[in-house]
Amino acid sequence: MSSILKVGVVGCGTMGSGIAIVCARAGFETYVVDANEKNLNNLITQSTDFFKKSIARGKMPADQLEPTINRLHTSHKLSSLSQCDIVIEAIFEDLTVKHELFNELNTICPSHTLFASNTSTISITEIAGGCGRDDRFVGMHFCLPAQLMKLVEMSPGLNTSEQSFQAAWAFCQALGQTPVKTQDTPGFILNYFLIPFNNNAIRMVESGIASAEDIDKAIKAAMGYAMGPMQLLDLVGMDTQKLLCHAMYGLTNEPDASCPPLVRRMIAAGHLGKKSGRGFFTYNDSKMFGA
Amino acid sequence: MIASQIIDTGNSKSFPNGLTLSLASGDKTQSLIIIGDSVAKAYQAISNPEQYDLILLELDLECLGVHTGESMGTEGSSVLGFARFKLGDDPPSQLIELVKQPNSSPTAIALAKSFFEEQQFIVAVCADTPGRIVNRLIRPYFNAVLRRLDDGLASANDMDLTLKLGLGYPEGPLSLLSRTGLDHHAKVSQTLFEALGKSEFSPARRAQVALRKSQT
Repeated sequence: MSSILKVGVVGCGTMGSGIAIVCARAGFETYVVDANEKNLNNLITQSTDFFKKSIARGKMPADQLEPTINRLHTSHKLSSLSQCDIVIEAIFEDLTVKHELFNELNTICPSHTLFASNTSTISITEIAGGCGRDDRFVGMHFCLPAQLMKLVEMSPGLNTSEQSFQAAWAFCQALGQTPVKTQDTPGFILNYFLIPFNNNAIRMVESGIASAEDIDKAIKAAMGYAMGPMQLLDLVGMDTQKLLCHAMYGLTNEPDASCPPLVRRMIAAGHLGKKSGRGFFTYNDSKMFGA
Repeated sequence: MIASQIIDTGNSKSFPNGLTLSLASGDKTQSLIIIGDSVAKAYQAISNPEQYDLILLELDLECLGVHTGESMGTEGSSVLGFARFKLGDDPPSQLIELVKQPNSSPTAIALAKSFFEEQQFIVAVCADTPGRIVNRLIRPYFNAVLRRLDDGLASANDMDLTLKLGLGYPEGPLSLLSRTGLDHHAKVSQTLFEALGKSEFSPARRAQVALRKSQT
């Protein structure tokens, strides 16, 4: 049973928003911090849309809409996380920035607070190093879109205590998610395979082997996947894909993990994916997946 | 509907039970479809290929250029290749990979797409490259999963569970490979490795073992 009551989420992008929805939906008071006002506003409007859709589909009682939304608290300030029992970091993949964040959180949060990172590529041990509580630090990698996907890759760092890991595991189960224990290796399980797979699909578009539409059509028809790699990449975002590649390639030096030049050109052109209205495909709205 | 003539040379992988068509009459558009394991011979025997608006050649793992010849990136005509994707021992899927060359006739491509879509297939157009779309993407992924299993990243069940739950795949890759035949994967992957020269296509150890075992 989880002893956690209050949850902090740092970063309110695609992943952070999804994680916040999962936490609030499971009954946890959820405190979300982001420097960007627009992201915080989007969280409330998109979460409301998402929960309304859940109610319409019979997956959530109608009388739970208001209390669930009320459990979402937004702020620009990390100090709003001072009473949280666990803080989940969901910012971009930059080790230096993550170090700075956790060092600051270590001065704000009480000693019992667990720190978790939603990193999908960087070593948990490296992020935890120097934060002042590497024994209370775990990897909790949610999958995109977090509000719909049940899997969480749970990784202990080299100094993570068994007690902390078990507490985070119980919390993950209390969220209604399915935890799978992974080693603290680059990309864990999911992204170790997914980043090269998606990069190879991008390179196929880049070299004119097939269009994005034909690639998705082929993979879905041949493999029975619900989503093709190009649609998934649009959901991930080119800016995020670039960071994932940099983090992964920096750790593994595997050629397939290096960022394809097309990703850089798309970022320069503002074709970030669904969130900008255009990536490999075009979109009429930037609504959250499932909303 | 286009008027089509079929030459079935036998042992088609795309259409193991043969290809049956509703032939249209009175339409001036003419197409020829050659399927089976002796496509090259049948295609070479055609005396006047120009009479056809579309010639479709069933491909196995080879490139279309093997049949048509190539000319430094300017090749292309009304002759297109195709293959119905099939994973190992599984029955053929509904996917048709339609293979074009740099100067393939847009009319022929449109006719071919229309022809297969009328037969309820899903058509994806791609360049004449080893592995086409699906094999080019999934073979390195399968090899990576097999190698990481050997590295002890996680158990086969946990890797499959993670990839199923995390990406919504209907079946984990290791279960899929076991079910459809690791030896088949080894053969396809080896062919692509020889054609592309990239290490990620080199068959993983477990696939090589399965292939050797199947040959003893």
